[in-house]
Amino acid sequence: MTNSISEIKHNDTIFVIGSNTTETHPVIGAFIKQAVKSGAKLIVADPREIELTKFADVHLQLKPGTNIALINGMMNVIIENKLYDEEYIRKNCENFDELVRLVKNYPPKRSAEICGVDEDLIIKAALIYANSPNAGIYYTMGVTQHTTGTHAVMSLSNLALLCGNIGKENAGINPLRGQNNVQGASDMGATPAELTGYQKIFHKESLEKFERAWGTKLSDKVGATITEMFNLIEEDEIKFLYIMGENPVVSDPDTNHVISALKKVDFLVVQDIFFTETCEYADLVLPAVSFAQKDGTFTNTERRVQRVRKAVKENGLAKPDWQIIMEIMNTLGYDKKYSNPQEIMEEISFLTPQYSGITYEKIDDNGIQWPCKDKDDMGTKFLHKDKISRGKGLFMPVEYVKSRETPDENYPFILTTGRILYHYHTRTMTGREEGLNDIVNSSYIEINEETANRMNIENGDKVRVKSRRGEIITKAKVVDTIDRDVVFMPFHFTDGQANYLTNTFVDEIAKIPELKVSAVNIEKLDKEEDYV
Amino acid sequence: MDKNRLISIKEEKRAKIIENLLQNDLIELVEDKVVLKGDYYKNQLRIALRNCDIINPFDIEEYIAFDGYLALHNVLTNLSQREVVDIMKNSLLRGRGGAGFPTGKKWEEAFTFDADQKYIICNADEGDPGAFMDRSILEKDPHSVLEGMAIGGYAIGANKGFIYVRAEYPQAVKTLKHAIEEAKTLGLLGKDIFKSGFDFDIELRLGSGAFVCGEGTALIESIEGHRGMPRPKLQRTAHVGLWGKPTIINNVETFANVAPIILNGAEWFRSIGTEKSPGTKVFSLVGKIENAGLVEVPMGTKLRDIVFDIGGGCQNNKEYKAVQTGGPSGGCIPKEYLDVAVDFESLASIGSIMGSGGMVVMDENTCMMDIAKYFLEFSVDESCGKCIPCREGTRRMYEILELITEGKAQMSDLEELENLAHVVSDTSLCGLGQTAPNPVITTLKYYKDEYIAHIVDKKCPAKSCKPLITYTISDKCIGCTLCKKNCPVDAIQGELKVKHSIDIEKCIKCGSCYEVCPVKPVKAVEIY
Amino acid sequence: MKTVKLTIDNKEIEVDSSLTVMQAANSVGIKIPNLCYDERLDIFGACRMCVVEIEGSKKLQTSCSTKVRDGMVVHTKTEKVIQARREILRLLLDNHPNDCLTCEKAGDCLLQDYAYEYDVKFRNHTGKIRDRYIDDSNPFYVYDAQKCILCGLCVRVCSRLQVTGAIDFVNRGFDTIIGTPFNDGLINSDCVSCGNCVSVCPTGALMPKSKEKFRTWEVEKVKTTCTFCGVGCQINLLTKDDKVVGVEPVKNAVNEGLLCVKGKFSFNFINHPDRLNAPLLKEDGVFKEISWDRAYEIIKEKVDKYMAENGPDSFAGLSSARCTNEENYLFQKLFRAVLKTNNIDHCARL
Repeated sequence: MTNSISEIKHNDTIFVIGSNTTETHPVIGAFIKQAVKSGAKLIVADPREIELTKFADVHLQLKPGTNIALINGMMNVIIENKLYDEEYIRKNCENFDELVRLVKNYPPKRSAEICGVDEDLIIKAALIYANSPNAGIYYTMGVTQHTTGTHAVMSLSNLALLCGNIGKENAGINPLRGQNNVQGASDMGATPAELTGYQKIFHKESLEKFERAWGTKLSDKVGATITEMFNLIEEDEIKFLYIMGENPVVSDPDTNHVISALKKVDFLVVQDIFFTETCEYADLVLPAVSFAQKDGTFTNTERRVQRVRKAVKENGLAKPDWQIIMEIMNTLGYDKKYSNPQEIMEEISFLTPQYSGITYEKIDDNGIQWPCKDKDDMGTKFLHKDKISRGKGLFMPVEYVKSRETPDENYPFILTTGRILYHYHTRTMTGREEGLNDIVNSSYIEINEETANRMNIENGDKVRVKSRRGEIITKAKVVDTIDRDVVFMPFHFTDGQANYLTNTFVDEIAKIPELKVSAVNIEKLDKEEDYV
Repeated sequence: MDKNRLISIKEEKRAKIIENLLQNDLIELVEDKVVLKGDYYKNQLRIALRNCDIINPFDIEEYIAFDGYLALHNVLTNLSQREVVDIMKNSLLRGRGGAGFPTGKKWEEAFTFDADQKYIICNADEGDPGAFMDRSILEKDPHSVLEGMAIGGYAIGANKGFIYVRAEYPQAVKTLKHAIEEAKTLGLLGKDIFKSGFDFDIELRLGSGAFVCGEGTALIESIEGHRGMPRPKLQRTAHVGLWGKPTIINNVETFANVAPIILNGAEWFRSIGTEKSPGTKVFSLVGKIENAGLVEVPMGTKLRDIVFDIGGGCQNNKEYKAVQTGGPSGGCIPKEYLDVAVDFESLASIGSIMGSGGMVVMDENTCMMDIAKYFLEFSVDESCGKCIPCREGTRRMYEILELITEGKAQMSDLEELENLAHVVSDTSLCGLGQTAPNPVITTLKYYKDEYIAHIVDKKCPAKSCKPLITYTISDKCIGCTLCKKNCPVDAIQGELKVKHSIDIEKCIKCGSCYEVCPVKPVKAVEIY
Repeated sequence: MKTVKLTIDNKEIEVDSSLTVMQAANSVGIKIPNLCYDERLDIFGACRMCVVEIEGSKKLQTSCSTKVRDGMVVHTKTEKVIQARREILRLLLDNHPNDCLTCEKAGDCLLQDYAYEYDVKFRNHTGKIRDRYIDDSNPFYVYDAQKCILCGLCVRVCSRLQVTGAIDFVNRGFDTIIGTPFNDGLINSDCVSCGNCVSVCPTGALMPKSKEKFRTWEVEKVKTTCTFCGVGCQINLLTKDDKVVGVEPVKNAVNEGLLCVKGKFSFNFINHPDRLNAPLLKEDGVFKEISWDRAYEIIKEKVDKYMAENGPDSFAGLSSARCTNEENYLFQKLFRAVLKTNNIDHCARL
């Protein structure tokens, strides 16, 4: 997030796109609702009616995969009506003319056709956004899990720049990070091309800094992403895979493909707190402890580094993940020893500019939002305050491109997937909570009631859902909150697991798979024997 | 609509209405003024009720015939907002809902507070038992309220008004709806009234019978769509009211006084009533009174004049015992204070309140504990349940009064009752709770001997509390058998022309034997 | 900022003019009792416990809803004030079950604390007590109307902070309880089981359905960060005998005292019997428990083998967005510094 969670309540307008906030980030969802109750305007762009749409001034119920057309359309309206922040653009931005040229081709009428929403709603949304002194954008995977995900984020960034909403308090462009420490994992360089703090592996100075600190030579060759790893396994390049605290058999797209890779890899180590679906394919399973049994830090979605504290002792022989990794390093001849995570954080601070002022003492009470440069720096509430961080805000005009897989005769519905309030990711933890299972314990597919009627499907009926990659059986949930040609499934469940259907096309830049759009067909199961 | 049209309607209609009323012998003309005929009205001065029973409430032209909407015209075409506020301030009109806050001062608060939107609310949630002042005005002269609201709206800068009226007043609702439609049709509500640029609309909001919604903040909660519960006042409603905007809440009778004040001036208004409480007040005279009904008299009129000269004293020549003013929030006024002047200060000085104008008259057979219990039961039922003292405390007080009237109480219970009365009154959130103990407090003040009689002697001096009385038949009995025939539970034995007797085990104390006993002058059936 | 000078309990203070008497008193360490106040919410004024005497006012004033004024003289502990508070507490106890011995809230109950502080005891009386009404339809928590003092904190947290509005006051006067539309049970209402109502309840009226029996004085509290999404809500884990037995939100934190159903109630996985307790090695398709030393030995064998035969890029690692910063850091360091490959990724994209 460029801005802070505490600023949400002070936004004049909140634009939520591709985020079912009240279910995926419930407390932020509550803050958004509080803001609306005290007068903020709310624009929601989502293929489904969600709780937030009840609070919204405008609900843009767009077709999955059309975010860019929508945002370009909104910018077209803003430019046509001269509602952009001219002074801000002159002072802070580059490439405005290019943007003007591109979005000229997206009059709201055209965007409306692409997105399948009412033209007037696009205009209304654009006017609300542009006329607000402080407008914040909030998005999640509904924007990024597309082959055009990075472009959609650029597009949102264009919109925010256009109205001077970056580098401003109570505004900004705010991705809401899904998992508890996904921000931190990226900050810590758990990615193929970047060291900690987004220092590039192929940037000589950075690499040398780490080589000196770590006292060893490092490779400057960009590594493989998850999806690439599975392909490299199939190509016999990767022999040894070590998975820590992940469950790709459930979470990753195209489950059949994932399983075949896991079966194929020579040696698979899986480290987790439970025996997950992925453990089944492991050669070696290492027991780790849960968050309540170890010390450390998580970095939340507003860049706040906060403490994790040990509350109960380790179970059995299980150990904290950091200790296991350290012991493996030591076994493999790298002698560095840490007596606790605090010592690791000292090393992180030394190597990571954004974390250089962060210490356990300073974050003890309330955490610190990075960047935090030195010991006197108490962190950064919102980014780009004085200037846009790359020097000048660059408009990156982008064209709308169709999703890779679109519905056709054989697979007439767009399947989009997501989370629900009552479960977390692959249910490793929440699946063991009786109360949560009392409320929802199995997969389902949301189908529009007209579509269901036409197909003679009733609420609770078993249906077979097929895509080009696999098929599953699940229960129909007949709703009036989704378009006739769109269906939705939560991805948490292993019975009727949505990711057997999803595809592995990725966004070329961020390598994010297009989980939000795959083409499927649905068939009602009548006979008992069909169930198997 | 303009002034000429108002005047032409008046000229066309007024004479006809008067002629018709005279023909039916309903009115008389006193110095050219229309006055309802009869002794009952002789000693009254009707300002708020000026048109009641005179005009047809479903015909706006009849209201106009008696100078209706002339005040609004005058205000919109000749006076500034400040001037209107000043007239109201000078008139010293005090809120007729009960608290008596100066209306002009209230308006000034809202007028001088800057806001993009302001509201004016008419509190028509009349709920005191036996009170129907507002109802009469709403049903018989709705435009007097609409006109008052529009003037208020102009004065403070509000263009939206709400009338919060109880749903149990269907006739009032019907009349108001019709009146609002008529006023809109004639351009007396809506956009650009009298081409002055002033817009004013009125909407009805129906309350669902919660007494507490007559409390300003609870009323606002209710209009906003929440449960009607009072809220603490950190800020004045005139600054932060409905939906957080400056809001004026006045009651029906207050609004009905506005147009006459504008037309006749503040001086005229102040010449009526007392110095601190000018004008008139409408009372609803009920209970054991000969002539029950609505009474409008100048403030400061003696209570005796209202009860005896207008009301004709107690029914069946029974002795006057007390009058309860101010409904469940008010207090009892005993015989020795019959000469009290009925105005805000005087009533407060003897422990009662003016309230919205309820006056319940009690005679010698009324047990004051029973009355206190009755009003307290009303408060227990109507407590919204929000604050602890009112929710829990009134219930406990009621329980003690039950014990007292059943003869089961001890003196320590009386202490507890007094104690609770003060806690509830001192610490409750809203007026309802703060005043709920008043009936207990005043009866304790003036009738403590009756409490002690109930508790120590286990007797009800008014012979009203059934558990504490017994029926017997004296030697005067002539053996007529009437009582025996009328006893519903066959508790009376005796042969014709022989003295009868009552089986107290069987007797349910219904009083039928007493009613039918023909022996004179003192009945043979006696109550102890 | 405009300030005013006033006197509270003979202490002269100068405070911001926007404060209430209660806030002003608090700012100088004078605690005024209350049962319905929460600084995150509008002033409610229901409990009347915070009454004080203000010179010049005949009646007692509630300090929560009275703004400070210049020259104001406030007394928070006069006999009249104490007496009023005792009476209020007595009214509450008269309508409250006398079961502090077995009530789970004992030790953490404001009503109990105040009854003790003001020396108010349960007493026998013949009056009515509130009808028994228990809503245990929700899997995570239960409502007991008899223990409810109707402070309204739950209702206001639900409608103003959580903005769900599942519950409200129902019935009136003495019969008032907290309920759902048509009293159809919490599970059939709009309730999202966030438990924020439970977290603010001052008495035992709203209680989590706990699997463990524990007294509040037996638990230790450890502040940490919730593990269920990127908001980073701050929580206190309540532990007894090395088991997590409850969770409470931290107010002065990013989550402002709020949590969701997972953060508040999903902690039983920590002590779940399914947890992995030892390294497992698959041999002939069957997993067998082994020692850590053995596990590390095997890893070393494999690493040496592939390093020699296939080189650094035959290794790949998936790090975890669920693990700590320190662990992610070490994991990538293991791959980069020790295994000499950049084949490292995590599920940021999922």
